[in-house]
Amino acid sequence: MTALYAVLLYAATAVLVAGVGYRVWLYARTPAPLKIPTTPAPVTRGGVALRMLREVTLFESLFRSNLWTWAFGWLFHAGLALVLLRHLRYFVEPVPAWLAFVQPFGMWAGVAMAAGLAGLWARRFLVPRVRYISTPSDHLMIALLVVIALSGLAMTFVAHADIVKVKAFILGLLWFDWQPLPGDVLVAVHLALVAVLMLIFPFSKLLHAPGVFFSPTRNQVDDPRERRHLAPWAARLDGDR
Amino acid sequence: MAADVKAPPLRPFAEPPALVPGAMQASKPYVASAKMQEAIGFPGELTEGWEGRALDKMGELLGKYRSLRVYLDSCVHCGACTDKCHYFLGTGDPLNMPVARQDLMRSVYRRHFTLAGKLFPKLVGARDLTKDVLDQWYSYYNQCSECRRCSVFCPYGIDTAEITMAGKEIMDAAGLGQKYSNEIIGKVHRIGNNLGLPGPALADTLEGLEEDVKEETGVDVRFPLDQKGAEVLLVTPSADFFAEPHVDSLIGYAKVFHAAGVSWTLSSHASEAGNFGLFIGSYDQLRTIAMRIREAALELGVKRIVVGECGHAWRVAYSMWNTLAGIGAGGEDDFARKLQSQLDSRYKQPMHICEFTHDLIGRGALRLDREANDHRVVTFHDSCNVARASRMGDTPGGQFEIPRAIIRAVANHYVEMAPGTTHDATYCCGGGGGLLTDELLDLRVKGALPRMEALRQVADGRGVNFMATICAICKAQFTKVLPYYGFKMGMVGGVHQLVSTAIRLGEPR
Ligand code: SF4
Ligand code: SF4
Repeated sequence: MTALYAVLLYAATAVLVAGVGYRVWLYARTPAPLKIPTTPAPVTRGGVALRMLREVTLFESLFRSNLWTWAFGWLFHAGLALVLLRHLRYFVEPVPAWLAFVQPFGMWAGVAMAAGLAGLWARRFLVPRVRYISTPSDHLMIALLVVIALSGLAMTFVAHADIVKVKAFILGLLWFDWQPLPGDVLVAVHLALVAVLMLIFPFSKLLHAPGVFFSPTRNQVDDPRERRHLAPWAARLDGDR
Repeated sequence: MAADVKAPPLRPFAEPPALVPGAMQASKPYVASAKMQEAIGFPGELTEGWEGRALDKMGELLGKYRSLRVYLDSCVHCGACTDKCHYFLGTGDPLNMPVARQDLMRSVYRRHFTLAGKLFPKLVGARDLTKDVLDQWYSYYNQCSECRRCSVFCPYGIDTAEITMAGKEIMDAAGLGQKYSNEIIGKVHRIGNNLGLPGPALADTLEGLEEDVKEETGVDVRFPLDQKGAEVLLVTPSADFFAEPHVDSLIGYAKVFHAAGVSWTLSSHASEAGNFGLFIGSYDQLRTIAMRIREAALELGVKRIVVGECGHAWRVAYSMWNTLAGIGAGGEDDFARKLQSQLDSRYKQPMHICEFTHDLIGRGALRLDREANDHRVVTFHDSCNVARASRMGDTPGGQFEIPRAIIRAVANHYVEMAPGTTHDATYCCGGGGGLLTDELLDLRVKGALPRMEALRQVADGRGVNFMATICAICKAQFTKVLPYYGFKMGMVGGVHQLVSTAIRLGEPR
């Protein structure tokens, strides 16, 4: 069991890092030949950084677009961020004071996350337009996240897992000094599904996370009259004349 | 076709419509003939092997356009864009929801270019590129005006217009082109403008305009053509030369130049601001068409380039001319420097006619009689590509403020339409992106619905009787579509039409 999980988690990490790395490399390498920021757009680099920051922390465009989707989506992502932070404690020893401080928040963030997911899932059934565009993979993705969240919450609120042993197992993975995985069904389910999530990340719509930073309509500066913007393949055309 | 075109009823609460799958499947523009296709370098027909040609093109575009690659990967099907497209609101066809329109291509991308789609096509909604799929593309990529409203509201800024343009380019490469756009592109190359108006006819038209204005005002306002050494080259949509109400704005520009005492000229070589290369997503066409402006500017030796009232044209001019043809500033290569050193760097290059007029008004250089427009209660329709793909002036949002400031300077009665239908959330007129053709009239009438609702509100509530706009397509589209909603077609006109009414000529102050 321990060996199986160790291999699974190593493999999942490798696929996640390599897969997302490859995708990011592809995005970075592909030029944006024309200026296409959605205007009004910032006219300086700093302004663009701020626009992007608002977009990824506050979901500004979504807020203008649909309050329900924004509320559930933001709840889910903010909850997820805190939960991930809370999980850091399994990776560091000793646990720094600030990390100890976020623990209780992280607990409730898990609840927020599950609530957000429930709301988003409900929309896929209740709003005809969203139902129309939902594919089986959209439903499966939410289902996967819901089970991960619920198994995690169950360990926090219902059947406490032996987190000292879990931590030993994870630190063991980090230091290549394997420690036994506690024989707890919830832990096993939780870890296996997280591994699945990591495995499908680079091949699915989860790519929106790196993708948003490369979106030309959001990351370009509005200065086409002041600066000549030229992609390498387009610059070669100038030479032909 | 036109006989059964009917406007949909206005929606009292602006609720998204119920889904009517397949409602617009039959709406398709005429296909370009083999001759038209070949004239601009595309295969004439969908012959043997078109699938391969299409997929090769798709692969090529994925390597050339970051937007395409990132947008095809990033959509999470959140649905935020589903009720943002005017064509969906007007037709209820779910494939006119921006995300569904993207998915028509995303499904093919998944199948042929991603691991998940190769292994589990059903699960991720991946499809082979078959003739049926291509037919869907032809229908629905010709039901997108590339207005970018969806990109404003998407959390990742996914711009369906980018997908539509790629779709049209892929179809062209396969041998399936749209007649309206591709025929016009051929005309630009052969004759110099979209309307196919040859140089001598243009000269006649301009002479006629000089006589008309003389009769009306008693002043000799010139409409110069191909005048070497003029200060300003004006590039304007060719509809301005004789279509109604467009021509009234052209007269407005001429009066402004006259009053400001600035020498200017039109060019018969570049007698068209519109660039339909954008509509079909072809960088090559965009570039060759834009090059005409550069050549005319070099040939005539002008110091400034000013662009007339036209939406997509201003997008290309503002956002792309510098890239495509070195018309702008900041270029460090010889190609760009050649024109830059000729143009006057104290001015923005290119400049919108509204920026030009606004600047003169600000300096008190024009005599304006607001009362002359007192018979009008004016509202302003933000044209989609000016609003969401360009700017005017020095600060973001100048594209909204400057035309409004001009209107306020020349008219006493101005009313805004409802928030959420103007500025960067403006609704497209329903005729942009290469859809301004008679066989698509049904789609155009339906696509105008959200704008017509907003106009109805201010027409009934505030007595608005004039909708000003700065786009040749908007003007032509509304002229045609307004009567279907019970409005007079003369209700639409240009901002410089208002300027033309108010301006007092004589000695410039
Ligand atoms: S670009 Fe405009 S027309 Fe096209 S899908 Fe988006 S909102 Fe609709
Ligand atoms: S708003 Fe963007 S992410 Fe959401 S469904 Fe539309 S295109 Fe996809």
